[in-house]
Amino acid sequence: AVSLPFAVGQCGNQVGCRFWDLALREHAAVNKKGIYDEALSSFFRNVDTRSGGDGPGIYKGKICSLKARALLIDMEEGVVNEILQGPLRDVFDSKQLITDVSGSGNNWAVGHKLYGYQYRENIVEKLRKTAEHCDCLQCFFIIHSMGGGTGSGLGTFVLNLLEDEFPEVYRFVTSVYPSGEDDVITSPYNSVLAMKELNEHADCVLPVENESLFDIVNKINQMINSGKLGSTVKQNSLVTSSAGSVKTHQEKPFDAMNNIVANLLLNLTSSARFEGSLNMDLNEISMNLVPFPRLHYLVSSLTPLYTLADVNVPSRRLDQMFSDAFSRDHQLIQADPKHSLYLACALLVRGNVQVSDLRRNIERLKPSLHFISWNQEGWKTGLCSVPPVGHSHSLLALANNTCVKPTFIELKERFMKLYKKKAHLHHYLQIDGMEQSCFSEAVSSLSDLIEEYNELDATKGGPRTDPSRLKIAV
Amino acid sequence: MSIVTVQLGQCGNQIGHEVFQSLCSDIHGTHGLCSREENQSYQDACKERFFWEEEGSGVPVARAVLVDMEPKVISQTLSMAARSGCWKYNHQSHFCQKQGSGNNWANGYSVHGPRHKESIMDLVQKEAERCDRLGGFVTTMSMAGGTGSGLGAFVTQCLRDAFPASFILNHVIWPYGTGEVIVQNYNSVLTLSHLYRSADALLVHQNDVIHKICAQLMNIRHISFRDVNQVIAHQLGSVFQPAHSAQGGPGYSRNPLGDLMETLVPHPEFKMLGLRNIPQIAESSLPYSTFSWPGLIKHLRQMLIANAQMEEGIDWQVRPPPAGSSSHSTKRPLHFNTSIANLVILRGKDVHSVDLGSFQDPSLYTSWLNPRDAWSAWRTPRAFNKYEKSASLVSNSQFLLRPLDSLVGKAWNMFASKAYIHQYTKFGIEEEDFLDSFTTLEQVISSYTTL
Repeated sequence: AVSLPFAVGQCGNQVGCRFWDLALREHAAVNKKGIYDEALSSFFRNVDTRSGGDGPGIYKGKICSLKARALLIDMEEGVVNEILQGPLRDVFDSKQLITDVSGSGNNWAVGHKLYGYQYRENIVEKLRKTAEHCDCLQCFFIIHSMGGGTGSGLGTFVLNLLEDEFPEVYRFVTSVYPSGEDDVITSPYNSVLAMKELNEHADCVLPVENESLFDIVNKINQMINSGKLGSTVKQNSLVTSSAGSVKTHQEKPFDAMNNIVANLLLNLTSSARFEGSLNMDLNEISMNLVPFPRLHYLVSSLTPLYTLADVNVPSRRLDQMFSDAFSRDHQLIQADPKHSLYLACALLVRGNVQVSDLRRNIERLKPSLHFISWNQEGWKTGLCSVPPVGHSHSLLALANNTCVKPTFIELKERFMKLYKKKAHLHHYLQIDGMEQSCFSEAVSSLSDLIEEYNELDATKGGPRTDPSRLKIAV
Repeated sequence: MSIVTVQLGQCGNQIGHEVFQSLCSDIHGTHGLCSREENQSYQDACKERFFWEEEGSGVPVARAVLVDMEPKVISQTLSMAARSGCWKYNHQSHFCQKQGSGNNWANGYSVHGPRHKESIMDLVQKEAERCDRLGGFVTTMSMAGGTGSGLGAFVTQCLRDAFPASFILNHVIWPYGTGEVIVQNYNSVLTLSHLYRSADALLVHQNDVIHKICAQLMNIRHISFRDVNQVIAHQLGSVFQPAHSAQGGPGYSRNPLGDLMETLVPHPEFKMLGLRNIPQIAESSLPYSTFSWPGLIKHLRQMLIANAQMEEGIDWQVRPPPAGSSSHSTKRPLHFNTSIANLVILRGKDVHSVDLGSFQDPSLYTSWLNPRDAWSAWRTPRAFNKYEKSASLVSNSQFLLRPLDSLVGKAWNMFASKAYIHQYTKFGIEEEDFLDSFTTLEQVISSYTTL
């Protein structure tokens, strides 16, 4: 089953670029015979460039030329051009790109209403073409940031479009949320306007915060530079590293952070691509982690962040990996799940880990976590045999937890601070199709979402009375 | 008579493979501690029951249909069997899609079911026609996911419609209590209630129980699903390998499913069958262990009475109620497991000398059947799977009452909050359908409780 990523905007495309690079690295490590197999086909087409590379592609047999199944969208050329001139240029063809020159000026309305309207047909056409080449389309991924104009505005426009054109295909969104100190002043507007779209049209959202990525990068650097005995790390095992990627390139400033997000996506889709004793597909993730339609924001954490290279140092105990997954150091957003309420939790394990290891750790960790009353054993588990490059095993934890509430409350506060003073509003309202009601509806949607989390939080720690069962006449 | 197996979903296909592997390695194993003729007879009966012979190569081909909504597991299963060298699957006999069912029972039942009914039943029909005499169907599936459970329930219904006179046994895997799938309780409730309407009986294996057996009896340190599946395969093999039934003349039983149903399912309200097999030990310990029949029978009987899941940790305090006491359940001692009917299967050395009188004790049973009719025994001197002596118990009793009650309770608790319901209504399973299923199962629980 095929997953189709859309990278929208500058951030989205930078992450996307890292994603494709690391995906190639992962498949190269596993695919020794150079045969185009099911695993590869979920992200790549196999194309015979001699025949123009336009057809649906070759389905079996040797790898000729791999083309990524993707759409790259940006209203500014800089990032996409760099990709096309860089080592990944052969992985994309021009029919997968939609670009413009002037950018969206950090204005959601420009991205969503202006460019959305302008490029709608173009996007639909390219989308259909790309989808045609897919044997069985299971899932769309949108990778974007919330704080800007293109990723945020056009990205959510694409989200809407996907729902209209392909209603049965799942829509997963990886959204980079702005921090409080974000240098884009209007990022709260952009984010809240985008949130409404995510609330209504996404199946699953994986929020990511730059601060968390930054902390992870620092933690790794500290560890490497500490000079502690046995701290030589396998370079290609770093969750932040591009080392060993198929296409070597010059490291850029955000690469380390973007690699983390790329690894998130690789791990998320690993069980759908590779075999294992308990497969976990993307549609299963959506099914198990979303108990109510709008509560689909998942906290993700990745472990391990690195593997030590020194074989004399005993490899980190398996159990430590599970503990780390529930430590805030490994989360991709700043939140506190341990002190909030779990609605559901998924553990996707890769590598040589067995069901008994999984169960033992769930038993061990359960008591310190608060699960909602109707989902006390709410764990979804997956075992994929193939570990990520450089590791013998890894774990991705996805939690639907009310701890996202403070993030949203804070976002709303930053929004209101600007909105009360009507700051910068005119930049938005001058765009065709944009009205004051867009703003009030957006903040209302966010408030409703926060309220839904509040209601669930209210049940925490309360007396547990199970509903009475049906009575049968004997 | 031949049995056609339908393997559904990841679990069903993984287990199915281990079952055929176990059957094959059993018949190719050592002589089986019996006469040459007996051994030959056993091999022939097993082959007729579960395999047909490939023209030319003579390789046994499993009488099986493999169904899954995603390709990886079936692909692996087919190639593992082919590599075994002693048997294989028919590579035409599988049906596969790309999407999976997303752990969604409604998706499996209401979408995949109708959409692929024709293709799947076509394959089943071909396998059925290949049998000289069709003895019935065994489906193997898990209740927790989307394909095995939902599509499995749909296929079972189709089997019933297409083969109204054939026996249908669902082999169902009960998931771990502490979650493999969050919506597993919903999927299980929907599955069980639907299977109950179409199948003749449900033979249940619980992951938690098998896991304990692996840990405590087999001494496996890092238990994998493969380990669990191999124990399950061994237990199933101990039931379905050829044996002489009590009534039957010389020669192996020609109607194993029929015999099983006749003994164990006297009433359509009671279809839940549990399975116990002893001894169960690590293969490496086998050569150093000896067992006596009286010891095995005593343990097996107490496992039945005390509802013990394995031969360690049995509660020997539990006793059947004194003779002559009323059969009303409230007078029964606590923790006593009342049976409707039992089937004991003995394999190996000196089976004919074994005294099974203790299983005919009327106090073990409800009062509806004459105790003589409430139990049956199958025997064969041919040893099974390297165990010099092996005893299995298939029981229609209160074995599964507490797990069922607990499962329904958890599902109901979740249902009351309406969590995840939108995922099912999206594919056409409404709240009323859930209520119907809950009602069916509460009825089953009530029936088993008041035994």
